[in-house]
Amino acid sequence: MGELEQLRQEAELLKKQIEEARKGVADTTLAELTSGIEVVGRVQMKTRRTLRGHLAKIYALHWSTDSRLMVSASQDGKLIVWDTYTTNKVNAIPLRSSWVMTCAYAPSGNFVACGGLDNMCSIYNLKTRDGNVKVSRELTAHSGYLSCCRFLNDNEIITSSGDTTCAVWDIETGTQKTVFMGHTGDCMSLAVSPDLNLFISGACDWSAKLWDLRDGNCRQTFIGHESDINAICFFPSGNAICTGSDDATCKLYDLRSDQELTSYSQESIICGITSISMSRSGRMILAGYDDFNCNIWDTLKAERIGECSSEPGHSDLIMEPLSILLFQVWTDCSLPPLLLSGVLAGHDNRVSCIGVNEDGMAAATGSWDSFLKIWN
Amino acid sequence: MSASSAVNAMKKVVQQLRFEASINRVKVSQAAAELQQFCLQNAHHDPLLTGVSSSTNPFRPQKVCSFL
Repeated sequence: MGELEQLRQEAELLKKQIEEARKGVADTTLAELTSGIEVVGRVQMKTRRTLRGHLAKIYALHWSTDSRLMVSASQDGKLIVWDTYTTNKVNAIPLRSSWVMTCAYAPSGNFVACGGLDNMCSIYNLKTRDGNVKVSRELTAHSGYLSCCRFLNDNEIITSSGDTTCAVWDIETGTQKTVFMGHTGDCMSLAVSPDLNLFISGACDWSAKLWDLRDGNCRQTFIGHESDINAICFFPSGNAICTGSDDATCKLYDLRSDQELTSYSQESIICGITSISMSRSGRMILAGYDDFNCNIWDTLKAERIGECSSEPGHSDLIMEPLSILLFQVWTDCSLPPLLLSGVLAGHDNRVSCIGVNEDGMAAATGSWDSFLKIWN
Repeated sequence: MSASSAVNAMKKVVQQLRFEASINRVKVSQAAAELQQFCLQNAHHDPLLTGVSSSTNPFRPQKVCSFL
């Protein structure tokens, strides 16, 4: 038997061994364990702010750690830093490449980063002496698109790429300190653990991988999805992860028992998940889907408990600040404006990104209709 | 891909699988119980879950200030 064939067989044996080991600790299910608690009551979130200013589809958003500022990236070629309390634009940063797919806010608030089909991660200094936002570094080395990036601190950033690798960069020198190889498909998304020692990546090889930032190793690989994983996030304790996939399901994987605990799906939901975030206690999963909606799931009971509702066809034109009345003009402009109260308008287009801020006070969604909305 | 690089690539795959197979796994009953406990213990620190009153909601409808 050739060496290659021998190795292949050994790989298959090891995979079976892992499967058996996982079954070996599966002494109960999440459903059984949570049978004693009630499902979270129906959640209906309202749009509190609409952030207008982008001229094209929003591809990404990321909250600042202050839970108030937020950066968004659009294929109109701009990054906008928003004060979400007032809806003011703090910065509008023109990009050299408009093909942006991701953006990130440094924990310090001093930098933002973005990247996309230019295969680069560009770092912008928000706190220059003269007050003008400038590119401070362009990180080039990936041979594929930049799908996601997250700052560890002002000098280190993690990137995930369509070239199937992830990398940690030293921003000062512009070099990759560690390259994380192992995925066999485009890396689509990444998230950093609360303790900053680990990160997770989701990829088009249908797997999620847990990586150790200290030694560069892949510690664990999570399988089960039947299509590309587009979105990934940590459970707030750092002991579990949540993924969203083109197979129309989200999954919860526990890191310590090394397996899937449950899946979040419904027969009526047949479209992919594009973005995912969890509420501060981890009890709720907010997932953005290809069908315009954002569904909210009870993490423990695996039931759908609400949505940031969307009404295709409406245009949210004016929000009168002093009034509770909502004026809506139907897209068919022959009708006079209708006075409605308590109507919740959502995105007209695909929710492309979602994020809950650090103090857990609000969820933000960004859409292909060029608006961002703040909900709670 | 040449024959030897295919073998080398496969060796890495096997090495990684050996590593992943060797980790310690905690029983689901314990791990899942701790996730549940985390959710329940932090429920009151989760404004999206419990709801936010107008007075404490930084995103409450904006009011216009007028000079008196």
